[in-house]
Amino acid sequence: MRAGLAGDEGAYRRLLRELTPFLRTMARSGLARAGRPTAEAEDIVQDVLIAIHTRRSSWIASEPLVPWIRAILKHKLIDFLRRRGTTGHIDIDTFAEVIAAPAEEPGIATRDVVKLAESLPSGQRAVIRAMFVDGHNTQETASALQMSEGAVRVSLHRGLAGLAKMLRGSI
Amino acid sequence: MKTDDLITALSRDAKHTGPSVHGRLALAVALGFASAFALMMATLGMRPDVTAASRNMLFDLKILLVATLAIAAVALVRAAARPEAALPKVVLLVPALILMFAIGHEVATQLPAALPRRLVGDKWAVCLVAIPLLGALPLAAILTAMSAAAPRNATLAGALSGLAAGAIAATFYGLHCTDDSPLFVATWYSLAIGMLAAAGAGIGRRVLAW
Repeated sequence: MRAGLAGDEGAYRRLLRELTPFLRTMARSGLARAGRPTAEAEDIVQDVLIAIHTRRSSWIASEPLVPWIRAILKHKLIDFLRRRGTTGHIDIDTFAEVIAAPAEEPGIATRDVVKLAESLPSGQRAVIRAMFVDGHNTQETASALQMSEGAVRVSLHRGLAGLAKMLRGSI
Repeated sequence: MKTDDLITALSRDAKHTGPSVHGRLALAVALGFASAFALMMATLGMRPDVTAASRNMLFDLKILLVATLAIAAVALVRAAARPEAALPKVVLLVPALILMFAIGHEVATQLPAALPRRLVGDKWAVCLVAIPLLGALPLAAILTAMSAAAPRNATLAGALSGLAAGAIAATFYGLHCTDDSPLFVATWYSLAIGMLAAAGAGIGRRVLAW
């Protein structure tokens, strides 16, 4: 995470990749306990990844990372369940699904981030498309869209916040 | 979109520019202190007898009370900015004990008949208007710094931001205000700071949710 904050893309990508199975397991068990289909876990995982990214300045570099990640996941899980008015009813089948979950996850959310991005304001949509679909980094996006890098970052963060809102189903 | 593609896209924006949330909060609090002081001096001014007042224990207790409340509230805001941190509520004991001591002193040294008049004081209306006005800019600065934070409870984080802004404003208003009775402070200062805390809670619920 420290290397990522300093701009090491590879280290940051590795960190997020290594965290994902842990996030997925936590999201699945949280959903199963609430009696929700565990297929929704990936929506939470993606929402949490975006939150980790956009809120990363709230992590204190001298503090352990895992409690911070765990707190973000818990916040997002509670938010997700509250929005869906979960009753707390527990379905045995969902537990079976957790146990029988294949080791290789498809990792596809029920709502597609790129499709959701279509309903963002045009500036944010262009930045998200450049970075998510065309695979540009912030520098390349800035020159492609003739914006400053700072403006790209601002648009990206606003766009990500909008996407996160849509992922958790509040829009 | 696959989660792995999302990760790849996010990692293209890996580099974090700008200070951490705690750095931004420190800047906001410094700005809040500076703006509240400047606004107080420009509009209300220091009370004329401030040198003599500084030897008056009730005046000193009043300033100490609101200053420790400001420090405690800032500590709480710093914790509320982090999703994993517990709120160090114990810091509120310091201003609470100072207030209890001051009220005890007031009741013990004043005639009971004088207490209601001392509670109402001279300028309670000015207090109720001035503290929220002096605290508006600090509140805006703290909420702006908090917008990058990850509070577990957005309403509470907003209320604590308002508490901090109100206590900062009250510290400087206290240098102007000639009502030194702890009963006055407990009533009107609390009400004025509470107005900012309520405003902070209302705004925080909307802007600090993530």
